[in-house]
Amino acid sequence: MTAPVLRLTRVGGARRIVLGSPAGRFSLRMPLRSALVGTGLLVLALAVSLVSLTSGDFPIPVTDVLRSLIGQGNPGTDFIVHELRLPRVLVTLLVGAAFGASGTIFQGLTRNPLGSPDFVGLTVGAATGALIVILVLGGGGFAVAAGAVIGCLVTAVAIYLLAFRHGVQPFRLVLIGIGVSALLEAMNSYLIYRARLDEAVSAQVWLIGSTNGRGWTEVALVGVAVAVLLPIVLHHGRHLDMLALGDETATLHGVPVERSRAVLALCGVALAAAATGAAGPIAFVALAAGPLAGRLTRSPHAGILPGALMGAALLAVSDWLAQHAWPGGDIPVGNVTAALGGVYLTWLLVHERRRLG
Amino acid sequence: MSPEGSTAMTEARLRADALTLAYDKRVIVEDLDVKITDGSFTVIVGPNACGKSTLLKSLARVLKPRSGAVCLDGQAIASYPSKQVAKQLGMLPQSPVVPGGIVVEELVARGRYAHQKLLRQWSPADEAAVADAMRQTEVTDLADRFVDELSGGQRQRVWLAMALAQQTPILLLDEPTTFLDLSHQFEVLDLCAELHEQGRTVVAVLHDLNHACRYATELIVMKDGQVLAQGAPAEVMTAELVERVFTMPCRVMNDPETGTPMIIPANRQRRRSARTELDLATA
Repeated sequence: MTAPVLRLTRVGGARRIVLGSPAGRFSLRMPLRSALVGTGLLVLALAVSLVSLTSGDFPIPVTDVLRSLIGQGNPGTDFIVHELRLPRVLVTLLVGAAFGASGTIFQGLTRNPLGSPDFVGLTVGAATGALIVILVLGGGGFAVAAGAVIGCLVTAVAIYLLAFRHGVQPFRLVLIGIGVSALLEAMNSYLIYRARLDEAVSAQVWLIGSTNGRGWTEVALVGVAVAVLLPIVLHHGRHLDMLALGDETATLHGVPVERSRAVLALCGVALAAAATGAAGPIAFVALAAGPLAGRLTRSPHAGILPGALMGAALLAVSDWLAQHAWPGGDIPVGNVTAALGGVYLTWLLVHERRRLG
Repeated sequence: MSPEGSTAMTEARLRADALTLAYDKRVIVEDLDVKITDGSFTVIVGPNACGKSTLLKSLARVLKPRSGAVCLDGQAIASYPSKQVAKQLGMLPQSPVVPGGIVVEELVARGRYAHQKLLRQWSPADEAAVADAMRQTEVTDLADRFVDELSGGQRQRVWLAMALAQQTPILLLDEPTTFLDLSHQFEVLDLCAELHEQGRTVVAVLHDLNHACRYATELIVMKDGQVLAQGAPAEVMTAELVERVFTMPCRVMNDPETGTPMIIPANRQRRRSARTELDLATA
């Protein structure tokens, strides 16, 4: 086994790193900036997660947390770390990554920054599914997650069928998605209006989106989705780059356009469904992760991996803020992301206006 | 293999059999047979909306035929894996989507897609192909510029570089000289001639008949979705044909520079009287 070669290439001022075996049978290439940003986001997400594991009602020193993670802690810290804090931290990271990846995929496929799953109705559909389970069927726990996943998938099929006319035009898909989204919002409000007060409160908390109290079931749900789907979408990530150049150019360069688009859309829907099932329709992570990663990497098509890492980092930071930034303690993380997202969207619109004006 | 001798060859890797092409219900090309001679520099000419770009798109499998088939090496092009075709056949489209925020070098590098694998994303061959393509189209200096900030002519050369980076033995070009000033038009045509001399089969749609006659080893003259003539410019290009295809009287002379046919449109009076004659004939 020969050592891999790390090489820096430079055409004009665009620097790229190429990691490859000396014989050239294996090579990966990415802009230097993307590699640095990706690494930075990963480190940030993991660091914040570690801090979250140490902090709470019973502060635990970092060394004890690490010892507990590798299986050498005392029973007391093991219980707090493994049963109380670790599932929440893992759900946060995985849900963030799933939303980030899903958002980046849909924004790429629709060639529209507003084409993210929370805007085109997928997470709203998931919420409808969950509300029906909570309020109509009286279910809880895993049944709610299952309801969310089913709601999301049904909504995706409905939007696809409504948008289909000689194939699916991206812009048409976004508009129909927004229409369906409004319809489902009305349905959700109606379900809550008809509910008993205590049920309505728990439904409303679910609607905000939270990782509080999530256990290993939710970790398994979103963990399996990420473990299975992320490799598939990363494999198709280069197709997404080519699809951004238009169907014609993509076809000319050998991309199986219809198949790639179908695989990416299905995986994007499933990721959004699993994430919503695990933590509720947490706002704005899917919308903001891709464009924010793009801004940092200075490339419009940031790629699915930077988008996923940005999602994980965003949600990890938001969840820490949700737990510790307010004296009253734990608020749902969806509140924090919605506030951050509002700031982001306003900034984006003002910035765009300035640029255009 | 000399380019001049290439017209003598009758081998055709790329051909269309009984091709019918349509957008929705509007039929553009009906029951067309055409062969692209291997190693030729084939130029397709014809009036607007005669189906030449449509034909080129279907040869590049971007437009699926209503009936009939485009065949590559004797087998329907649609039956190959897309990537395998992309290694054999490339095309410069007429008006590609201009992506926002992507720099020139990155776009040209994506032209290597067909040659790359998931675990082999960048080889020295890729690097050389991208550098060559950018040098040949003179866009090396634009490497860091955003594609959507370039002028029409610069952009056209960048798209051409992307198609060249694909390094295919067959190259289709849909109006490669649009947006270009006179000197850049000839640079692109010279580049096509060089690619042809290196042994590639080049097929271009051109509007300028004189450019077509100068550079083509073979002309395909189309009207109303039909091929009216195919052959060497000197054999095919006659005043009668031009008048029949473009309904415009003209004289055909030898180009003093190259000896190839040169079309000189008739003056206004002659063209007007020809049009009146035509109107009377059709009335």
